[in-house]
Amino acid sequence: MTGPINWFSQIASITKFGLLSLPQRRGAVAATVIGIAGVVAVLVGVLSIAAGFKQAMTVSGSPDGAIILRSGADSEMVSGLGRDETRVIADTPGIARTAQGPLASAELFVIIDLPKRSTGTDANVPLRGVEPAALQVRDDLKIIQGRMFEWGKNEVIVGRGAAQEFAGLEVGSKMKVGRYEWPVVGIFSANGGVAESEIWSDAKVLQDAYNRGDSFQSVSVRLNSPAAFPAFKDSLTTNPQLNVQVIRQSDYFAQQSETMTRLITTLGFLIAFLMAVGAVFGALNTMYSAVAARTREIATLRALGFGGGAVVVSLMLESLLLALAGGVIGGVLAYVAFNNFHTSTMNFQSFSQITFAFRVTPQLLARGVAWAAMIGLIGGLFPAIRAARLPIASALREL
Amino acid sequence: MKFLHLIGSNLRRKKLRTSLTLLSIVVAFILFGFLSAIQQALVGGVALAGADRLIVRQKVSIINLLPVSYEARMDRIPGVDFSTHQTWFGGIYQDPKNFFMQNPVEPEKFLKIHPEIILSPEQLKAWLTTRTGAIVGRRTADRFHWKIGDQVPIRSTIWSANGSQTWTFDIVGIYDGKDKGTDTTPLFFRYDYFDEARTGGKGEVGWFTIRIKDPSQAAEVAKLVDAEFENSPAETKTEPEGAFIQGWASQIGNIVFIVAAILVAVFFTILLVTGNTMAQAVRERTGELGVLKAIGFTNGQIVGLVLAESCLLTVIGGAVGLGLACAVTPVMAEKLAGLLPLFFLPTHDVLVGLGISIALGFVTGIIPALQAMRLRVADALRRM
Repeated sequence: MTGPINWFSQIASITKFGLLSLPQRRGAVAATVIGIAGVVAVLVGVLSIAAGFKQAMTVSGSPDGAIILRSGADSEMVSGLGRDETRVIADTPGIARTAQGPLASAELFVIIDLPKRSTGTDANVPLRGVEPAALQVRDDLKIIQGRMFEWGKNEVIVGRGAAQEFAGLEVGSKMKVGRYEWPVVGIFSANGGVAESEIWSDAKVLQDAYNRGDSFQSVSVRLNSPAAFPAFKDSLTTNPQLNVQVIRQSDYFAQQSETMTRLITTLGFLIAFLMAVGAVFGALNTMYSAVAARTREIATLRALGFGGGAVVVSLMLESLLLALAGGVIGGVLAYVAFNNFHTSTMNFQSFSQITFAFRVTPQLLARGVAWAAMIGLIGGLFPAIRAARLPIASALREL
Repeated sequence: MKFLHLIGSNLRRKKLRTSLTLLSIVVAFILFGFLSAIQQALVGGVALAGADRLIVRQKVSIINLLPVSYEARMDRIPGVDFSTHQTWFGGIYQDPKNFFMQNPVEPEKFLKIHPEIILSPEQLKAWLTTRTGAIVGRRTADRFHWKIGDQVPIRSTIWSANGSQTWTFDIVGIYDGKDKGTDTTPLFFRYDYFDEARTGGKGEVGWFTIRIKDPSQAAEVAKLVDAEFENSPAETKTEPEGAFIQGWASQIGNIVFIVAAILVAVFFTILLVTGNTMAQAVRERTGELGVLKAIGFTNGQIVGLVLAESCLLTVIGGAVGLGLACAVTPVMAEKLAGLLPLFFLPTHDVLVGLGISIALGFVTGIIPALQAMRLRVADALRRM
């Protein structure tokens, strides 16, 4: 070895030879590149489902928001609070106030069956009854079409996701629930959060329609600051008039999304891992045949004084480049096919549908390319070592 | 058959290449088995649904309850054999992660309408004489090591009994499923005990199951049932059990499509890898194939040789992969019991997998085989 510059130029020239010979091996090369592209596309695609689901859940919780449920209830669905309790909660210090009063919205949460647009089958769509403060309790809630419902009237506004996923929720149409008809008067957005999967109405009107008397299921509040939470929580849980639990909005949504995210991530990784193992075998095959095809060439170079290390590095470089090409193709495919793909699924905790969009994030793409690089390195390593160990004399005699 | 030796030694010629190709085929079929099991877990219930059973739920949504008095009215509708009901209990045993379903039922009618649930006559007798008795499926009993005679406390998120949300049941029976696909995770307890003890909602139940006399009349009977309760405060929606389960599965998402898309990606890749191996093998052997032809092998025999080689490769890979999948899924099923109770690999899918492996061998082998067939003896020999 005569210095690093020479070594690098050796690597460069062997790599160049390798890359120039790619067209002669196009079958094997295509198999490797497409195989790795498949792994990356599936990995990124499946994980983008989990990322989208999680995103919808996390943007829903603002740091100064909290939700109050009956103690022991794991979701709004099974919770219950009387009017006297929701009043006590709203008057607790720590809640932000405006001229209209405290930013606390006592809410009702029920489910109605509506057909999914994609399949035509019934889905459990959440219908939420809210109080006027609800719009300020949640971040970034905007009416994007039509208008807000009038308080005291049986009108509804529909989240953007719900309007896309479920049939019959256009502005101007009427939603039939039991014997009641609810005109849809507006569509709202909530920055991609969970509320976009819901239909909203006046809590009082919904109480009457469901014969709920004067009871609610949860109270959502906005606090003076995120730091006010511990004191607020203590004053509610130690209040003998109440039997409630207080959860930060962000924790509540994280807990709600846990089952689904865990399921998708576990399955996604398992599938992608198996595919990656398959792709490693494919890459090994390609590189072994590359080495076999170039036995004499490599032996000649070695005889001329090229180092074994340079042979190993350049073959691994070749394999890495092929894998990265596959990774980039797979990432692009996943992005084109999956990013912003709108769908809905069942949120097991609340027993209702949640709409969300797949999200192919830069982190996911980076992860996909990193997997591709790993496959390429493993696939290149063993053939490269074999090439470097070839006995020069016999290899030259081979052909 | 007499060429088996020849095919075998061809495959052994480049051991490394053959084994790498084989391994990628094995991985593809493990994935196939695994995805089949996921699909089975999510939509497999549809195939096992009783053709003679209808599900009646509240029209607004399944969380709205129905009066128990509907049962008698349904039994009078023409075409209905009998009906019974269940209610979602929403209980937690120790930890929410230990999820399994628990429902109050009417024991005798319940077992009659669900012949896939196998309970011994002695255990049934014990259930009928123990008011707080419950039966539990084999999977859940094994999971928590419950035995007959055990008392299990379950906290309901919905119902309270005499002011407490924790209900205690006596395990009086452990039931088995008639088929591999029968879900043996739920626990069933007595409705009379439930209704007496619950604090609110007395006389209201979750949904009804109807057994109809003639499965071909399902649609008509369903219409009659819904008509019976039209314009009442609790209108109904009736559909065959299969459609009900299907609807449930599509609430989770378009599973079948996602699984199919992944499988296509996987098999396309494997097709390329195997096809490439076969093409290389044939290219290397040009000379030998020329010799075979020269000594009198027919075109058909040459095509057969190459195809047999590729099919042998894919079938061995397929069989090993499916075998491994069969071995691994029960282990995974234990881990997934709470999330996906019906996670297993159906025999039908194993057979489909084997079929696919043969087809894969054929597709990947056919082009190299035809190339081999078209070789002219003189050219081939000259290339030696």
